[in-house]
Amino acid sequence: MTTQITTHAISYGEDPPKIRIRDLYKSFGAKRVLNGVSLDIPAGTSFVIIGRSGSGKSVLLRCLLGLIPPDSGLIEFDGENILSLSRQRKKDIHRRINHRVGMLFQNAALFDSLTVWENVTFGLLARKLIPRNKARLHAHTLLAQVGLDPSIADLYPAALSGGMQKRVGLARAIAAQPDILLFDEPTTGLDPLTGAVIDKLIVDCVKKNGSTALAITHDMASAQRIGNEAAMLYQGRIIWQGPAQSLMTSGNAYVDQFTHGRREGPIPVEDDQPQP
Amino acid sequence: MNIVVRFIVDLIAGLGHATLTLIHETGAMALFAFVGLSHIVRPPFYTRIFLDSFLETGFFSLPVVALTALFSGGVIALQAYTGFAQYHAQSAIADIVILSITHELGPVLAGLMVTGRVGAAIAAQIGTMRVTDQIDALSTLSTDPIKYLVTPRLLAAIIALPLLVIVADILGVAGGFLVAVFKLGFSPTAYITATLNSLTQQDVTIGLVKAAVFGFIIALMGCYQGYISKNGAEGVGAATTSAVVIASILILTLDYLITDLFFSY
Repeated sequence: MTTQITTHAISYGEDPPKIRIRDLYKSFGAKRVLNGVSLDIPAGTSFVIIGRSGSGKSVLLRCLLGLIPPDSGLIEFDGENILSLSRQRKKDIHRRINHRVGMLFQNAALFDSLTVWENVTFGLLARKLIPRNKARLHAHTLLAQVGLDPSIADLYPAALSGGMQKRVGLARAIAAQPDILLFDEPTTGLDPLTGAVIDKLIVDCVKKNGSTALAITHDMASAQRIGNEAAMLYQGRIIWQGPAQSLMTSGNAYVDQFTHGRREGPIPVEDDQPQP
Repeated sequence: MNIVVRFIVDLIAGLGHATLTLIHETGAMALFAFVGLSHIVRPPFYTRIFLDSFLETGFFSLPVVALTALFSGGVIALQAYTGFAQYHAQSAIADIVILSITHELGPVLAGLMVTGRVGAAIAAQIGTMRVTDQIDALSTLSTDPIKYLVTPRLLAAIIALPLLVIVADILGVAGGFLVAVFKLGFSPTAYITATLNSLTQQDVTIGLVKAAVFGFIIALMGCYQGYISKNGAEGVGAATTSAVVIASILILTLDYLITDLFFSY
């Protein structure tokens, strides 16, 4: 079956895109998860990737973070291919990537054994960007930025609600003022109102830091709130790219079926009901 | 005939697959251990995690190890008396107690107790961190997960186990003394003199070497099984079980090998 691919060109002048991905492939055993992903994300863009569960969104994000090595392809940050480097150079580059990239994980991934303030300032202390005796105060400022009362700074993550954990995760992600922010399904597990609050915080943080953001989600409302550009990943490939506001009216049969949650369409939907 | 041939082929294929898996797992574990140990001498050093692990492995394991050693010493004294009385060799009880406790029971029992208490906890803790993306989060925050999670635990266990075994040795001998004196009617002075006469530096050294090796095995199994765990809570449970079972088997196997090694010299 051939897949209908529609994209629109994004102009970014003479500068290379902040993130450039070309022909990225990744398989796990016989299962091919990324099947030639190509994408340009210009600086300052809030880019959203949508797609079904298992379409390869999280694997793509992990490849960008250097957590999973792709089988082949190209990933560039500011024109530098991070995959075709010597071992030592790769180590240096990954260190630099970690300095420049902030990540909000799906379930916040806060460290259970550390308090909120220690979680928020973990990266700053690891990189020796602030002295330990000033970390707590700095954490208070960051918590206030994401709408949390500094009085929670000494609590452990288990004492926080899901929404609060996401906010703490966001505070940790923006702590080092990274120029690239990655979000893995930021509203998953949250009620719609809390999800909307988190989305607004993400938009505000991205604007304030002047960062380039890449979010993966299957929450359409969230995608439209966060993103100004969007793409759909299907069977390991980008099959549509366009403005996030046109997600619901893309004209692409795959995107329309997915965004409207229709059972009928080119995407086969497994029947979860037991057969009589 | 075809069924027999197929059975043999499947059997050989199964054995081959199991062998390859074993080799792969052993290699991966050895590499993991090497990386973990190599970080001991390279900064940054995570002192707080080391101290927490040391307290958890050493201090908080004291009650369980102490009780086990105390009663084991008593049991050896009782059993030795029962057997040796037939040959009028009751005077050798102190020798038997000191040799059994320092060579074997001290390190092995302490090792098995700490495996159940600490090895399982390490596997569960690191496994949970793996399945909730906390280990990936460490990487994105410029922190080497092996250096941060594994190295302090390895070092803490390698140091804490010998200290625990010293306590187990003392209490094991004390258990034997209590039973010999208060139940079997031995003279306290004679028993202590016999104990001191039969105690050699080598006995204690063998026990402490074993303890350090067992500490390394316990922490390594806990860390490795937790680190590679997947599939949510079920995977963490499986990692915990594997850590305890493999570490227990390795402790008993290495106990024999180390004893044999010292016995040869």
